[in-house]
Amino acid sequence: MGDPAATTPANALVLCTEGLSKSFGGLQATRDVSLSLHRNELHAVIGPNGAGKSTLVNLLAGEFTPSAGRILLEGRDITSLNVWQRTRAGVARSFQRTNIFLPLTVHENVRLAAQARTGTLASLLSRAANSRTLFEITDLAIERVGLTQSRLRPSGELSHGEQRQLEIAMTLATDPKVLLLDEPLAGMGQEEGERISALLKSLARDHAVLLIEHDMDFVFKVADVMTVLVEGAVLASGTPQSVRESAAVQAAYLGGHA
Amino acid sequence: MIEVPLRTTRLLPHTLLGRIGLVVLAAAITVLPWLVPSYYAELVTSAMIAAMLALSMQLLVGATGLVSLGHGAFYGLAAYVVYLISPENVALPIWITLPVAMLVAGAAACVVGLFSLRTTGFFFLMVTLAFGQMIFFVFHDTKLGGGTDGAYLTKPLISAFGATLDLPRKQKYLGTYYVALVQLVAMYLGLAMLLQTLFGRALEGIRVNEHRMRAIGFDTFKIKLIAFTLAGALAGAAGHMWALHRGFVNPEIVGWHQSAEALLMILLGGLGSLHGPILGALALTGLGEVAQLLTERKLLVEGLVILAVVILLPRGLAGLGSRNTSNGAGDRHG
Ligand SMILES: Nc1ncnc2c1ncn2[C@@H]1O[C@H](COP(=O)(O)OP(=O)(O)O)[C@@H](O)[C@H]1O
Ligand SMILES: [Mg+2]
Repeated sequence: MGDPAATTPANALVLCTEGLSKSFGGLQATRDVSLSLHRNELHAVIGPNGAGKSTLVNLLAGEFTPSAGRILLEGRDITSLNVWQRTRAGVARSFQRTNIFLPLTVHENVRLAAQARTGTLASLLSRAANSRTLFEITDLAIERVGLTQSRLRPSGELSHGEQRQLEIAMTLATDPKVLLLDEPLAGMGQEEGERISALLKSLARDHAVLLIEHDMDFVFKVADVMTVLVEGAVLASGTPQSVRESAAVQAAYLGGHA
Repeated sequence: MIEVPLRTTRLLPHTLLGRIGLVVLAAAITVLPWLVPSYYAELVTSAMIAAMLALSMQLLVGATGLVSLGHGAFYGLAAYVVYLISPENVALPIWITLPVAMLVAGAAACVVGLFSLRTTGFFFLMVTLAFGQMIFFVFHDTKLGGGTDGAYLTKPLISAFGATLDLPRKQKYLGTYYVALVQLVAMYLGLAMLLQTLFGRALEGIRVNEHRMRAIGFDTFKIKLIAFTLAGALAGAAGHMWALHRGFVNPEIVGWHQSAEALLMILLGGLGSLHGPILGALALTGLGEVAQLLTERKLLVEGLVILAVVILLPRGLAGLGSRNTSNGAGDRHG
C-alpha cells in the first residue's frame, strides 16, 4: 500500500482507509470499510438512506473520530488530524445540507475558503482589499463551477442548485487533493444535473473525487469506480459494470429499485 | 481579470455621511470641555472610558460573535494593576502603566480564553462568567487591593515625557479628558484597521458560520484566542484609564455587571457597527444623568429606554442614520 512504484503518477493512490468503523452507541454506522481513492478517478459511493454514506464522509473529513481503523493520505496516517488540519492537508468536503456563509456574497464565500491557508500572522498584516492572489484563486474556482455571473450576489439569494455549485467552489478554493462531495446533486433539476456531471468529470481529472450519490443511473454514467454501502458495510466495490452484475447488489439493492 | 468591488467590512460606516458624522462627533468631543462646566467634562471622560470598554467588547460580540461575561474582569484587573505598580507619592509615566496594565489584562484574557473558548454559546457565557468572578473574588476577598473597601491611588495623576500633569486642581480634569479621548480614537482606528485585514474577514466568517470555517481549513480556536486576548488587552487600556481618572480602585469595577453594562451599551448603540458601542456608551451615560435628575427610579427609566431602543431600532442608535434597515444579506454593497 502506498508504494509509489506500484502506481503511475497519473492515477496515484491518494487516500485510503483501513478497516474504518464507527459506532454511535449501539448503532454501527460504518463497519470495517476499506477503500482507496486515486487521482484522476471518480469514486462513487451509493447506498440506501441511512447506509452510512455521510458518516463515511464525516470520518474522512475528521468530523467524527473512528471507533477503529486508519485513514492514510498519500501514505501518511491522518486519522488523528482534526477537521481544519485535514482540509489543510488536502482533504476537502462539501456538505449534504448546504453549509455556506449566507450573508456573504458568492465571491466572499469562496475567498474565505481560499484564505484559509494564509498564516495567522500574515492575515493580521494584509489588507483584505489588497489580496490579489486570493482573488485569482477565488475567480478561478467560481468560474470552474460556472457561477461567474452570480459572483457578487449574496449567497442566501442563490437558487438551491447554485448553492450546491458554491459548495463545490468553496472546496475547490482550498486547493485540495481529495474532494469529498456529499450528494452534490441532491434537489437539482435535470439541466443543472447535466452541468454538474460535466463538472464532476472535469474535477476528477486533477483530483481524487469521492462522490456520494443515490441516483443510480447518474452514478453508472459518471463513476470510474463505485462502492455500494449497506448498513455501514461495503457490499460490493469495483467498476460500475462489475457492480451492476454483482449478485449481492442485485439481490440487496438494485432489486429493491426495479 | 474582472475588478472585484470589495465592500468594506460590515462593521465600518458604509457611507460618506456616516464617516463625516464620526469626525464631527470626535470634533465636538474635542471642543466640549471648553464649553461646559468641568462636571460635564468629567462625565464625558467617564463615558469615553466606558466607550473604550464597550469598543473592546465589540471585537468579541459584533465582530466574532462571542458574548463573554468575563470581559469586565480584565478591565477591573487592569485598574488594580495601576494601583499595585504605582509607588507611593510618585506618578509612573503612562508609557509604563499603560503597557503593563494591557499586558496583564491580555495575559489573563489569554489564559481564560484557553479554557473558555473550547465551549460555545450558553456554556461559553457561563465559563467566562465563572472566570470573571474568580478574578473578582481575588480582589474582594484578599487584602491585595484593599479588600472590599478598595484603595486610593496615592497620586492619581498622569505623567508623560518627564512632565507630570500635575495641573492646578481646577484644570487637571482636562489632562485626563484628552488622554482618554486620544486613546478612544486610537482604539477605534486600530480596530477599524484590524477589521479590514484578512484576519478581520476570518472573524466575520467565524461569526457567521464557525463550523464551515473549520471545514475550509481555519484554526478557529487560535483565531478566537487571538481576538479574545486582544480584546482583553484593550479592556485593560480602558481599566487603566479608569484608575487614572477616578484615582481609586474597588472590587465593583471587576464584577460581572461591568460586562453586562458594556453589553447594554453595545445593544443600545448597535451590534452591527464598530462605532455603535461608542454611541451606546455616550447615550447610556447621558441617560443615567438625565434619569437621575428626573426621578428616583433611575434604573427603571434606563431599563425602559433601552428596551424601547432595542425594540424600535434593531440595529441600535448606529442604525438611525443608515437607509439600509435589513440585516444579514442586506448589508452588502459593492
Ligand atoms: N451524529 C450521529 N449520532 C448518532 N447517529 C448518527 C449520527 N450520524 C449518523 N447517525 C446514524 O448513522 C446511520 C447512518 O447515517 P448517515 O451516514 O447519515 O446515512 P446516509 O448518509 O447513508 O443516509 C443512520 O442510522 C444515522 O441515524
Ligand atoms: Mg447522507
